[in-house]
Amino acid sequence: MSQTITGADILIQALEREGVEVVFGVPGGAILKAYDSIFDSGIRHVLARHEQGAGHMASGYAHATGTTGVAFATSGPGATNLITPLADAYMDSIPVVAITAQVASASIGLDAFQEAHTWGISMPVTKHNYLVTDTSEISSTVHEAFHIAATGRPGPVLVDITKDALAGSIAWSGPSEIHLPGYKPSVKGHPKQVNAAIDMILASERPVLYAGGGIIRSEASEELRTFAEQQHLPVVTTLMARGAIPDSHELTLGMPGMHGSYTASTSMQKADLLIAVGARFDDRVTGDPQFFAPDARIIHVDVDPAEIGKIRTPDIPIVGDAKSVLTQLIDSGATALAHRPLPDRTPWFDQLAAWQRDYPLTYDQDPDGPIQQQYVIDELAKHSPPGTIVVAGVGQHQMWASQFWGFEEPKTWINSGGLGTMGYAVPAAIGAQQGRPDTMVLAIDGDGCFQMTFQELITAAVEGIPVKIAVMNNANLGMVRQWQRLFYNERYAGSELSATNPDVVMLAEAMGCAGFRAEHPDDVVPTIEKGLAVDDRPVVMEFVCDPDAMVFPMIKAGGSNDVIIMGPEDL
Amino acid sequence: MQHVISVTVENKPGVLARIASMFARRDFNIHSLAVGPTEDPTRSRITMVVDGPEMEQIVKQLYKLVHTIKVVEHTPGEAIEREIMLVRVNADTLRRGEILEAANIFEAKAVDVGASTITFEVVGEPARLADFLEIMRTYGIVAQVKSGRIALAKDIKSPARKQKKTA
Repeated sequence: MSQTITGADILIQALEREGVEVVFGVPGGAILKAYDSIFDSGIRHVLARHEQGAGHMASGYAHATGTTGVAFATSGPGATNLITPLADAYMDSIPVVAITAQVASASIGLDAFQEAHTWGISMPVTKHNYLVTDTSEISSTVHEAFHIAATGRPGPVLVDITKDALAGSIAWSGPSEIHLPGYKPSVKGHPKQVNAAIDMILASERPVLYAGGGIIRSEASEELRTFAEQQHLPVVTTLMARGAIPDSHELTLGMPGMHGSYTASTSMQKADLLIAVGARFDDRVTGDPQFFAPDARIIHVDVDPAEIGKIRTPDIPIVGDAKSVLTQLIDSGATALAHRPLPDRTPWFDQLAAWQRDYPLTYDQDPDGPIQQQYVIDELAKHSPPGTIVVAGVGQHQMWASQFWGFEEPKTWINSGGLGTMGYAVPAAIGAQQGRPDTMVLAIDGDGCFQMTFQELITAAVEGIPVKIAVMNNANLGMVRQWQRLFYNERYAGSELSATNPDVVMLAEAMGCAGFRAEHPDDVVPTIEKGLAVDDRPVVMEFVCDPDAMVFPMIKAGGSNDVIIMGPEDL
Repeated sequence: MQHVISVTVENKPGVLARIASMFARRDFNIHSLAVGPTEDPTRSRITMVVDGPEMEQIVKQLYKLVHTIKVVEHTPGEAIEREIMLVRVNADTLRRGEILEAANIFEAKAVDVGASTITFEVVGEPARLADFLEIMRTYGIVAQVKSGRIALAKDIKSPARKQKKTA
């Protein structure tokens, strides 16, 4: 016998069936019925101070746990405030499900209070989205949304549900099966292509394995490492793939691209073969694609067929999930190696070693100051436990964190790569900490980024989520300042913040966090020690840094990756 | 170069908006578009004429849309292609006979006759419609409206380059 149930209860029960333990959100008029149902459920609700914060928390949670993050927002401004995090998750292929409420279906199109065309606004920044006006469709839609978000190339999915659909009651006979006739992501690669790839690899004298964020998303780190070792391939890890293979591994060359290491970028320029796995030839990696890796043949493995050939036509395209295809490559590689030797790549590895020796990542910390961010990052890394999850905002601090932190495990580096969303770090760190309560989560943030979303530290303090935030306060939008210095004749239009306003320590304390400040290089280590010792509330460590420091190496936007600026002397 | 593609989609609200939005976002250009029901009520078919060299990306991006079932790119000459057009032509009494004679060759049907104009309905292959317009231009075209192109692959063994759906 069926019983009657409200749409709101159907929604919450569907979330429970999906294994959702926590949602990040902000309530409002249209979504109140769903909040009334979540109140009685086992799902934890984390009340963000802004829907953008809720969205980035869901994304940070998804990054750190490998599961799908969930954000809630009401109609109109609640939903529009979620757009930036959705666009961010879309660019970085992060599985997020956003549940938004819509005005009652009879009011749609009448410019009702807090009405926005959420379905239309969110369409270009989501993998898929829904408008649900019928109570009976809530359950199947939510399950479809989770399926789409997490499978194939992951991404955000938005479900907009009208107020009357949430409030309405129906006779309930259990969840229905999902039906998606047009959605069938490929998992396995074509065996012929896999074998052809192995042939090409075994004929290559100067190969580079170009590992992208798809490795992290498909949890293929073990396979990546096994494959690289089996085929003796040097590996570059993109900004989204840092930690996909340990930085301490002898085959690892670090991050390529605009602020990548000389060796990583140059290895691709000089390679005769690039094996791209879960990477998308992003402009921050390739520079001008016309000059990118000119001598390289390309094997491109991606779960999204549209990425293959979008920027560079491959010699061997393989559509499939990184983990599955790497497993196939390992099997095919083992068979081939049983009766064929690996080519002698000694000259190539000698060349790579010479570049690493001649062009290391370096910095100088003057003992009298000012503080260099690279020094702070180095000391933070030395004082943090293994496996610490590092979260960054966007800008100079992000690049230095990627360059100078040695990542040893996947899912220990969370940042906004594709969209470049300033303000990402604080809420994403909170989401990550919520998902991984036993791991230290450390956000490395800039003062510009920090001032976009620091209010979420109130959420962290009130909800008992003890994240650690290192604010690199150079009193400027540092990367903007760097570009103005290099390309805009030192005209610092609109990029100067303030070294003293706000007082970050007082601000931290006002929000219920511990606050510490380092103004001199000698203060750095004691400040880190004090900050990392606090574990009963969030901590903000402020480092007053050199405003004139610049990130190197640097390849000019749209330039050739053959022209790498190693420091001010190259300008 | 123009390409004609047939996109079979789930017959769901908003599917056209999704396709239009994707084309806008990816900077692809739609020359013409016709949407209609198919033999299966759960499916619609969209015939698009698209410009530009990016066919591979267009097909792949169409497939990324969750509601897309199948995309067929028609090989020229291997599909039946039709458009419908209404053309209002200047036709004073002196030239009326001449115009009707020309129209007759194109099997254009006079569907409205005014004091100084005739409106023709022409159905057929796109090239034929273009030829008819060219002839009528000499008399003076007052107004013209054309449907989006529809196409169906010919019923022969390998009628069109079908691209396998992978995502």
